Amino acid sequence: MDKTFNIVICGVGGQGLVTLLNVLARAAFIEGYDVKTSELHGLSQRGGSVEAYVRFGRRVWSPIISKGTADLVIALEEQEALNGARFAGKKSVILINRFQTPTLSGDASFEQIRQELTKVSEKVFFVGASEICQKELGVEVVSGIYLLGYALHNNYLPLKKENVIEAIKKTMPEKFWELNIKALELAKQSTK
Amino acid sequence: MNDSQKTILMGNEAIVKGAMAAGVQFVACYPGTPSSEIGILFSQIATNNDRLYFEFSTNEKLAMEAVVGASFSGLRCLAAMKSFGVNVALDSLLPFVYTGSKGPAVIVVADDPSCHSSAQSEENSRGFGQLAHIPILEPSNAQECFDFTCLAFEISEKFNIPVMVRITTRVAHQRGIVEFKVQSSKYKVSEGEFVKDKNRFVTMPPRVLEMHQELLDKIGKIREFATQSEINKIYREDPSVNSNAGIITSGVSFLHTMEALEMAGLDIPVLKLGFFYPLPEQKIRDFIRPLEKVLIVEELDPYLEKEVAAIAKDENCRLKIFGKNILPEVGELNPALIAKAAAELAGVSGYEAPEPPELSSVKHVARFCTVPACPYWRVFAAVKKAIPENKAVFGGDIGCYMLGAGPPHNLYDFLFSMGSGIGIAHGISKAAGGRQKPVAFIGDGTFFHAGLPALLNAVYNKSNILLVILDNRITAMTGHQPNPGMGKTGEGESSPEVKIENIVLALGVKPENMKVVDPVDDFEGTVKALQEFYQKNEVSVIVARRICALLEKRAKR
Ligand SMILES: Cc1ncc(C[n+]2csc(CCOP(=O)(O)OP(=O)(O)O)c2C)c(N)n1
Repeated sequence: MDKTFNIVICGVGGQGLVTLLNVLARAAFIEGYDVKTSELHGLSQRGGSVEAYVRFGRRVWSPIISKGTADLVIALEEQEALNGARFAGKKSVILINRFQTPTLSGDASFEQIRQELTKVSEKVFFVGASEICQKELGVEVVSGIYLLGYALHNNYLPLKKENVIEAIKKTMPEKFWELNIKALELAKQSTK
Repeated sequence: MNDSQKTILMGNEAIVKGAMAAGVQFVACYPGTPSSEIGILFSQIATNNDRLYFEFSTNEKLAMEAVVGASFSGLRCLAAMKSFGVNVALDSLLPFVYTGSKGPAVIVVADDPSCHSSAQSEENSRGFGQLAHIPILEPSNAQECFDFTCLAFEISEKFNIPVMVRITTRVAHQRGIVEFKVQSSKYKVSEGEFVKDKNRFVTMPPRVLEMHQELLDKIGKIREFATQSEINKIYREDPSVNSNAGIITSGVSFLHTMEALEMAGLDIPVLKLGFFYPLPEQKIRDFIRPLEKVLIVEELDPYLEKEVAAIAKDENCRLKIFGKNILPEVGELNPALIAKAAAELAGVSGYEAPEPPELSSVKHVARFCTVPACPYWRVFAAVKKAIPENKAVFGGDIGCYMLGAGPPHNLYDFLFSMGSGIGIAHGISKAAGGRQKPVAFIGDGTFFHAGLPALLNAVYNKSNILLVILDNRITAMTGHQPNPGMGKTGEGESSPEVKIENIVLALGVKPENMKVVDPVDDFEGTVKALQEFYQKNEVSVIVARRICALLEKRAKR
């Protein structure tokens, strides 16, 4: 892989963005890539809009992703996809969790979000990650890992599954391994 | 153990590893994003460990002073804080640079350009280099966080001066690959001993003026050291190309610059500075001598640009200096901004950043926790019910309750720095001759940090403010650090809890003007207390005591 691969993760504070970031960064590291990430912590993150970046490739300089250069956008909340899509271009893959929480400052409807995003990229996928995880696994906190699995199984992410599983084991306490690996595999069933 | 390891670390983690590799024995921190993980990690390492002392000090000045004392006693020390923390600690930092350190001392300071997790101001701690004459190193990535922390200990030990490691949000919270050596410390904390040396530690005049001169001499020597140092380095230098343009940068701006030059396909040499103070002047001279134009890439104030301009005056007076004329002085930088500026410098017709798509903007407003429900929801609901909003003046302070400034509460009429709510409310009370009623809010952590002298001042000078102390039994916002109100030290030991109501009474608040309420279990009682105290013409205090819901949930696990 010659070009740096850029992933934007967006959602609201408390949805486990950093967990997802850690797994992605570790998997890329195991694969031998140079890796840089950036995340934000603190007050504005309490239930507020958050963005995190993961970049990997032969040599990565900046931890920040520039507008229009994301290869993959993972939105853990539907409305936040509008923020994440600012980093996207025509070829970017945009994966969106079909889950909404109120903004307290003017909400966007599913239909509006769908219409706007299809103008940005041809590869926009709404995935019922929260709902599926809740139904199949009894918890929705792993919906980010489910989306990661979705990206893997559809070849939207140039990483090997065994390395992602290894990364889960390296970055999480053992009691969460099984649940997260299940979430990762569960996504296989919804591969189109 | 002395194995080399290679793994992914966050900048803050790498700083902790660097300090451990340098044999740190004594650490005092006060939390503040984006520096908070440093204290949390040291706190874990120091638990049941006789080779490291750690405390969450009550405020940054006390963290600094603890480090001064331990350094005077010969220990290897570190203090960490966010930008605003240095303002609080400054009164003791300045004399510390005069006396110098005995055991090496490193001060880690985290700035937050773009105010991702800060109110108050977009502070640039580089300014303390000029003000305090403290050497400042600026790492750009996690590897440098490790390396520069080790180097900071080395410089401090060599020159007997405290050294600042200045990071920003995009360094502190950047993860990357770090290669490092782990070694278990050869030192014990109990090794410290204060050996009397009045000439060295007492800053009374006329000695203090001699110390000032000694400091300036020391800085001269460190400047030479900086000039020799490998951490000031030229990148993208191609001797076969006679470039008439160059870039000087440091910290995370260096990473953005390298990215930008690749994006725009430009070949321009880059001088990366690891030292911000004192600057390696000779290196800068040599770099700018053959150039026609130079771009200074730095976030916030043009400190570096002004220094380069001063050096260029006698070194290369025709040099055209670009900087804040084409880059913003407010907010953090990014590769796209720098790519555009670098293209302008090189005189190539514009680098075109990809156009971001036009999309409606959505913004999830930060809010008190909903699951589990934060007790502050009830406090603010009670305030709305009990106090006429158009009449009272509401003063905010720093902590999770800052969110009372935003929707749906929109309560505060002013908000400044830690502990300032009480002081400003008092000023308003006096200015209005008691005709207006200021109501100030403060958390338990912030009350311990800076609220005590403020409340004393208000009581003694006969203010009429109503103070609501939001006692959620923890310093919550910065990641749940213990404070004196909750009976745990930074090393996880128990210590007698300090009762806020005892302090309030000791500061002179009359017993009939003080009440402790539980805003969740006794919402109506809280409303009633607020209504009643709002009518008082003296300083009155309501302690709204209810444990942080997140903390309660965790404790139950
Ligand atoms: C001088 C200074 N140091 C540190 C900080 C970072 N900071 C923001 S809020 C806060 C703690 C607030 O604790 P508390 O008052 O108990 O409120 P809570 O978050 O628990 O509601 C700190 C340390 C700051 N803003 N200023």
